[in-house]
Amino acid sequence: MKRHLLTAADLDRDDATLVLDTAAEMARLTEGRSVKKLPTLRGRTVVNLFFEDSTRTRTSFELAAKRLSADVVNFSAKGSSVSKGESLKDTALTLEAMGADGVVVRHWASGAPHRLAYSGWIRSSVVNAGDGTHEHPTQALLDAYTLRRHLGSLDGRRVTVVGDVLHSRVARSNVLLLSTMGAEVTLVGPPTLLPVGVEGWPCQTSYELDPALAKADAVMMLRVQRERMSAAFFPSAREYSRRYGLDARRFALLPEDAVVLHPGPMNRGMEITADVADSDRSVIVEQVTNGVYVRMAVLYLLLGGAS
Amino acid sequence: MSTPVSDPSPSARGRSDAPGVLDADDIARALTRIAHEVVERNKGTAGLVVLGIPSRGVPLAKRLAARIAAVEGTEVPVGALDVTMYRDDLRLRPARALEHTDIPPGGVDGKVVVLVDDVLFSGRTIRAALTALDDVGRPAAIRLAVLVDRGHRELPIRPDHVGKNIPTSLRESVKVHLDEIDGHDAVLIDAAGDGVR
Repeated sequence: MKRHLLTAADLDRDDATLVLDTAAEMARLTEGRSVKKLPTLRGRTVVNLFFEDSTRTRTSFELAAKRLSADVVNFSAKGSSVSKGESLKDTALTLEAMGADGVVVRHWASGAPHRLAYSGWIRSSVVNAGDGTHEHPTQALLDAYTLRRHLGSLDGRRVTVVGDVLHSRVARSNVLLLSTMGAEVTLVGPPTLLPVGVEGWPCQTSYELDPALAKADAVMMLRVQRERMSAAFFPSAREYSRRYGLDARRFALLPEDAVVLHPGPMNRGMEITADVADSDRSVIVEQVTNGVYVRMAVLYLLLGGAS
Repeated sequence: MSTPVSDPSPSARGRSDAPGVLDADDIARALTRIAHEVVERNKGTAGLVVLGIPSRGVPLAKRLAARIAAVEGTEVPVGALDVTMYRDDLRLRPARALEHTDIPPGGVDGKVVVLVDDVLFSGRTIRAALTALDDVGRPAAIRLAVLVDRGHRELPIRPDHVGKNIPTSLRESVKVHLDEIDGHDAVLIDAAGDGVR
């Protein structure tokens, strides 16, 4: 494994398998135990550096680090010196001076975690918790973990990713990781929401959702990110929902054992209807649980050994 | 000089003349004896849980549980306890892959846990196992069974049941081979080893 986790491309197939296997053991070591805590990262400090709002990812990383007995410091842009105009560099130098062993960073700018990791400002391991519209590797890992639990191996499995691929770091990381793991990914969305250069990605693309459902082993609905949309990418929410939303009719087109994923937070009624989101083949809540195990695995593998 | 003395054991036990080396039969006998000892000490199989420490403690634990079942006619819960996350030397090496932990459904609360490992050396693995068990539950008692005790303890830990005491020098390394993992059963002493696991 590399020292940082910045993109899903940092993981080859062996690394990714190691993370997923480790996550499975983390689940065994904590599920159903009275003491859900391991002493492994005792005395290590993990800083959650969040320049963008997040509930589940920050909480998930915080819980993961605490379950491994690390000390956790949460640092969010709101109510910190960042809102007074401090630069990323000065924030990093401050964290370094405080002795952080691992930095989990979410930033609105694509590439900020890479800058943090390779600028020489800090010596700690950097984990990308989502940067701009670039990548979100731990989300891809938890999706792969969830898929593996339900589908067995990912080799040759078909995963359909639907929606706002253009703004989605989740889609980018998933395409890379799932193709590394041997799955066949199909991206579906309106032409305006598929990024330029998507032909070069290791996946198929389609503008039509219905034909992509019949053979899918899993379908991943992406959130329509209104906050990132400065222009009109589709005529209306209703039209988007009609063409690309997962409703009961489309859900019935899926093979019987196919599962439905969503990275959250959901816009119910927009990209996914409530009855589909709450069906027994929706693994959306389980994804959250698995996120903690996967992040425990990542923190252990990056910080647990000799530095 | 008259007729030479006949060789008592030809090639079949080729390495049995080396000090402290066990072959498949020796390992089988040692496990059978330990099984009887465990049952005798526990006055039966009530409350017994056998936990192997990966990697080679796990098949040994399964064999031990099978022998206890054969002796007493009752099944004994058997599982695995990985101690990687509890080791005191984690920071000395790159992060290691974790092995399976598998606690039998009945748990360990109030049970007599028999920890099984292949070689007892510094005692640090057992210390880690005791800490790991702390997080699983509160057994009534914890006992330790090892196939080989090679000495050189660094902690105040002693085994309850030993297959074979093999005095070694720190320069030697003791290798246990088991059919389930290595394709055959044997305990070997490698004099060229540096003794560090």
